[in-house]
Amino acid sequence: MQPVLSVRGVGKTYGSGHRALESVDLDIHRGEIFALLGPNGAGKTTLISIICGIVNPSSGTILVDGHDAIRDAREARSRIGLVPQELSMDMFSTVWATVTFSRGLFGKSPDRAYCEQVLRDLSLFDKKDTPVRMLSGGMKRRVLIAKALAHEPQILFLDEPTAGVDVSLRRDMWRLIGSLRERGTTIILTTHYIEEAEEMADRVGVIDKGQLLLVEQKDALMKKLGKREMHVTLAEPLDAIPAELADWQLTLEDEGHGLLYRFDAQAERTGIPSLLRRMSDLGIGFTDLDTSKSSLEDIFVDLVERR
Amino acid sequence: MKGFNFNGVLAIYRWEMARTGRTLWQSVVAPVITTSLYFVVFGSAIGSRMQSVDGVAYGSFLVPGLIMLSLLTQSISNAALGIYFPKFTGTVFELLSAPVSAIEMVIGYVGAAASKSVLIGLIILATSALFVPLRIDHVWAMLAFLLLTALTFSLFGFIIGIWADGFEQLNVVPVLVVTPLTFLGGAFYSIKDLPEPWHTVSLFNPVAYLVSGFRWSFFGKGDISLGWSLGFIALFLAACLGVVVWIFRTGYRLKS
Repeated sequence: MQPVLSVRGVGKTYGSGHRALESVDLDIHRGEIFALLGPNGAGKTTLISIICGIVNPSSGTILVDGHDAIRDAREARSRIGLVPQELSMDMFSTVWATVTFSRGLFGKSPDRAYCEQVLRDLSLFDKKDTPVRMLSGGMKRRVLIAKALAHEPQILFLDEPTAGVDVSLRRDMWRLIGSLRERGTTIILTTHYIEEAEEMADRVGVIDKGQLLLVEQKDALMKKLGKREMHVTLAEPLDAIPAELADWQLTLEDEGHGLLYRFDAQAERTGIPSLLRRMSDLGIGFTDLDTSKSSLEDIFVDLVERR
Repeated sequence: MKGFNFNGVLAIYRWEMARTGRTLWQSVVAPVITTSLYFVVFGSAIGSRMQSVDGVAYGSFLVPGLIMLSLLTQSISNAALGIYFPKFTGTVFELLSAPVSAIEMVIGYVGAAASKSVLIGLIILATSALFVPLRIDHVWAMLAFLLLTALTFSLFGFIIGIWADGFEQLNVVPVLVVTPLTFLGGAFYSIKDLPEPWHTVSLFNPVAYLVSGFRWSFFGKGDISLGWSLGFIALFLAACLGVVVWIFRTGYRLKS
């Protein structure tokens, strides 16, 4: 199937000489949720801004649903909605005025029923005649989303959608993203909160220093790079790891009160039963066991720091 | 871009007119008060000692100059603020990411700014009628001058708005350039009455051509021939259009 968004060799060098983006290749599938992860200044916003036409690329081509983003900008842009990171809106106009303005700006004829539905979905309908400046920060962010959805885009970009947003609004946001996906909207989000990508995304891309390091199915990535750990709390502290347990490559932690065992989650045999048997043979007692999966965050930190 | 985004132009135009609507009180009342003050000061206090200029009663003679003064400053500051404000608040991202071509953006913003200043011009004209007898020999020419000047200087203001980095720069051109040029361009007197070398110097003042042409449409005579006046407006309009085309082609100060 043709990707809904195809980025080929897109690079950006700013006038100051700063190279914000190396040559990036990326295909986004129709209807997926794609999370772009990366530290501050990695090039996430630059990449999004180029795709949306706010920043001119230094090189490369972009196809939106088969339309060239520069030569056929009108077709390409009318398919994209952007929710920026900053809460930038005209503060003096009403919610209704700013949302209908966005719809018109993107070339759609007025549709009262549709705009009302967008506001209802975002719990903004009772605020529709309120000036934007009277709204709370979370509400303002909802207005930005309503503006981006006003022209019925096929692709929605969310740049750090939950930065500085409280827990309940974050939950709402996730629910909204889920329901948009059900309606077939492709969603591309950038985030610092890795649990967000872990919970929502179908695929994950990691970007750092202007380079796309990897693009992978989230589940496959977590399986491939994820490690599991077992913490054993000992009944009696040990001074050193006994030689009989060398095979398991254990680490002593908590000043001898605990053992750490790292194992590959994908392996046939985890080695846990044999380890526990050997420990009881040696008379090493334990009071607690705890196993954990490494999160996407661990994987991410590992990837970025390894460079 | 192919086609024409009519809904987009309409959205920008309506948005800008709504901005005017929010400050309607200030937009309408301010020119009425200013015009009245000019008539009290120039028309009654000074005008009573002046019989007529070029065969026209001094009070009536003032009308075209007063309208031109407001038309120029209002067109520039409206259009400049219209495009500067989104840059200042960051909302310009939406304009840049929208399927709106440069020409559509200019029609929306400049059209709205020019509409507002034509409206203000007509308000001043109506206010003048309360103080002095109005005489307009060439109504259509007067309206055409009003419209063309409003459009040209709104375009000029649009350029200033894109160029400006701060609020004070928005005011530099209207206050330091346009207002002095209008005062010196014969808004309140005929430059023909100036002694040499000031008469010749005044011929280098672009605003003199606008005021003169506009005055011709009222009284059938101006300081400078009608052809020169029209030629000047056309030239300035073309120059502003050229700069706007260049701005959008290069992304100057709008896109990096």
